[in-house]
Amino acid sequence: MNLAEGVQIVSFGILSLMVIGAALGVVLLSNIVHSAFLLGMVFASISGLYILLNAGFVAAAQILVYVGAVNILILFGIMLVNKQQDFVPLPNAWLGKLATAAVCGGLFALLSTMVLGTTWAISTEAAAGDGSVVLIGMHLFSDFLLPFELASVLLLIALVGAIILARREFIPDEQPGDPQPEGLKLPERPRDLVAVGSAPPDGDA
Amino acid sequence: MQLEYFLIVAAALFCVGIYGLVTSRNVIRVLMSIELMLNAVNINLMAFSNYLDPQDIKGQVFSVFVITIAAAEAAVGLAIVLSIYRNRDTVDMEQFNLLKW
Repeated sequence: MNLAEGVQIVSFGILSLMVIGAALGVVLLSNIVHSAFLLGMVFASISGLYILLNAGFVAAAQILVYVGAVNILILFGIMLVNKQQDFVPLPNAWLGKLATAAVCGGLFALLSTMVLGTTWAISTEAAAGDGSVVLIGMHLFSDFLLPFELASVLLLIALVGAIILARREFIPDEQPGDPQPEGLKLPERPRDLVAVGSAPPDGDA
Repeated sequence: MQLEYFLIVAAALFCVGIYGLVTSRNVIRVLMSIELMLNAVNINLMAFSNYLDPQDIKGQVFSVFVITIAAAEAAVGLAIVLSIYRNRDTVDMEQFNLLKW
């Protein structure tokens, strides 16, 4: 990345603010559809962070897989199970939230002190930059070949498992004489075709 | 730009994800929190890859694998949510206690 240092700092600040703010929105907002769209914003901002880290390929993969697939999948899930119900309030729910917030804050403090207190062995070599696609490909087909194949098998298993879990166990069989159920009728059901150019029959206004 | 900035952002994102995972009542929001945590781990891997290992970017390969696993996890998780919703007719986490003593 050959941007000036100030530009990098400013864009990092904006992107990290967007990431943290949108993540807080995902967790805290009450409307789940808003949460899902903010989740897309989190993913897009993280892709910007990857570009700052000289990783163009993973940034593109992040946009494609997360924003394009996972976020859309979650939106479809929301549409399929969107039941407008008010959850029964639990007694002492605030206590659990308070304890969780304390634990998370403590974990963040712990991680921050660890990160700031460690002396990292920063490398001074130039970053791979645009050659990273070639390097990732070399890694995937040489020393990471077995994990790569295992990932493909895992994707296949997940595909089959998701289909088996989500499909209906039985299709309710319908008697031939039954009227069509209300849910299957399209509101814009096409009428009978009328031959083009012919006059409409009488009495059919 | 320093490595520590990215690590602290990732730590904050991970903590937000844990908070959402524990306190959410809606199942879909739990899945979203898991995605947040996976992304925090990915930021960590990419930062280490750029600052500690810039010539032999194994961290980026690892994050490609993490992205793959996350996509599979989201698909299976949503299928489980759909299946539970069909059987129990609710998305409230507090009522999913089939396997709890």
